Amino acid sequence: MAGTFKFELVSPERILLSEDAEQVIVPGMDGQFTVLAGHAPVISTLRPGVLDAQLAGGRRRVFVRGGFAEVGPEHLTVLTQHMLDLQHIDAEKLASEVASAEQMLAEAKDDAARMVAIEAVERLKELRA
Amino acid sequence: MASLKDMRNRIASVKATRKITKAMQMVAAAKLRRAQDAATAARPYAERMARVLGNVTASVANKSGASPLLVGTGKDQVHLLIVMTAERGLCGGFNTNIARLARQDAIRLLKEGKTVKILTVGRKGYDSLRRDYARQVVDRVDLKGVKQLTFANAEDIAHKVLAMFDAGEFDVATVYFSEFKSVIAQKPTALQLIPATIPEGQASGSLNVYEYEPSEEEILGYLLTRNISTQIFRGLLENAASEQGARMSAMDNATRNAGDMINKLTIRYNRQRQANITKELIEIISGAEAL
Repeated sequence: MAGTFKFELVSPERILLSEDAEQVIVPGMDGQFTVLAGHAPVISTLRPGVLDAQLAGGRRRVFVRGGFAEVGPEHLTVLTQHMLDLQHIDAEKLASEVASAEQMLAEAKDDAARMVAIEAVERLKELRA
Repeated sequence: MASLKDMRNRIASVKATRKITKAMQMVAAAKLRRAQDAATAARPYAERMARVLGNVTASVANKSGASPLLVGTGKDQVHLLIVMTAERGLCGGFNTNIARLARQDAIRLLKEGKTVKILTVGRKGYDSLRRDYARQVVDRVDLKGVKQLTFANAEDIAHKVLAMFDAGEFDVATVYFSEFKSVIAQKPTALQLIPATIPEGQASGSLNVYEYEPSEEEILGYLLTRNISTQIFRGLLENAASEQGARMSAMDNATRNAGDMINKLTIRYNRQRQANITKELIEIISGAEAL
């Protein structure tokens, strides 16, 4: 593995994570992609899914509900409005997230609804894992 | 001349007032710290958003058919003024200043024959604008129960604005809020929201080198909608910090004034008391002399 890059996870309210990472798997709109150091610059929107980061200090998995990622050779910035850290999570929290996702599904229309459906399914998969 | 008892009461009441304003000042100072922290914490998101938006815009802008959120509807007939103020008063000129700026613009626009619509956020702005512009105020948002502003608050407002925009109810949207310069300086600011004012791509060197997934247009559309919420959120946070700053300095002034007043009243009270004693002495002495 060639070197590390700066990985930042930012929500509108604050910076959630700012660390050096070796590898991050990003749930891009057109499919998952893996970011390593020296990646070509990409701007991509995200679908709801799991960010899987290999940080200097270990693995970190974070669920994001949409957002977008800006990738450069030496940095990855993910802007998201809603995230859930899978590190300290319990079944109860997950269940409430699923419930809120399903509620959003009920309220959303066509395109957005499909997105949320994917999200909810993925959540449930998480739950089993 | 007021009696001694009246003056004692007066002093006691001013002292009570001073206690209250002092307490309010301290509460405002504590809240200010929190509001400032929130505003600082929110900055990175807005900055990165602006950077990406600048880049994307630079690579898309030349193409025709860009989103009306960026290039406008082609008209500027109907203006929407989003006036953000506080929920509560007793914070110096804070609310008045924002409302005044908005009112000036409203007057100017009306003079130019444009249509003005107003969306107020916060009770104070609504109270002060409805007097003159009752017909123009189309909607209002109250943040009364909100203790800590979250992005969801900003999104609610953004959804409202976007829904109106999609329905073709206005052409240009401007937000009015108070920019937090420092604890003693807050600057009422107008910021055009739609069509978006895009910061020039600062990273001109890295322009156009990005790949976009999915297409640039789709990303731009997504970013522009998000940008509205982000800008509104920024405005709300700046406003919250400004409000507490303004309240703090207003209450500081009030406390100092109350102190001055207490000093003055106390001096007057003591003079009066001494004058009374002297008068009584004179009466006693002259009574004794007459014997």
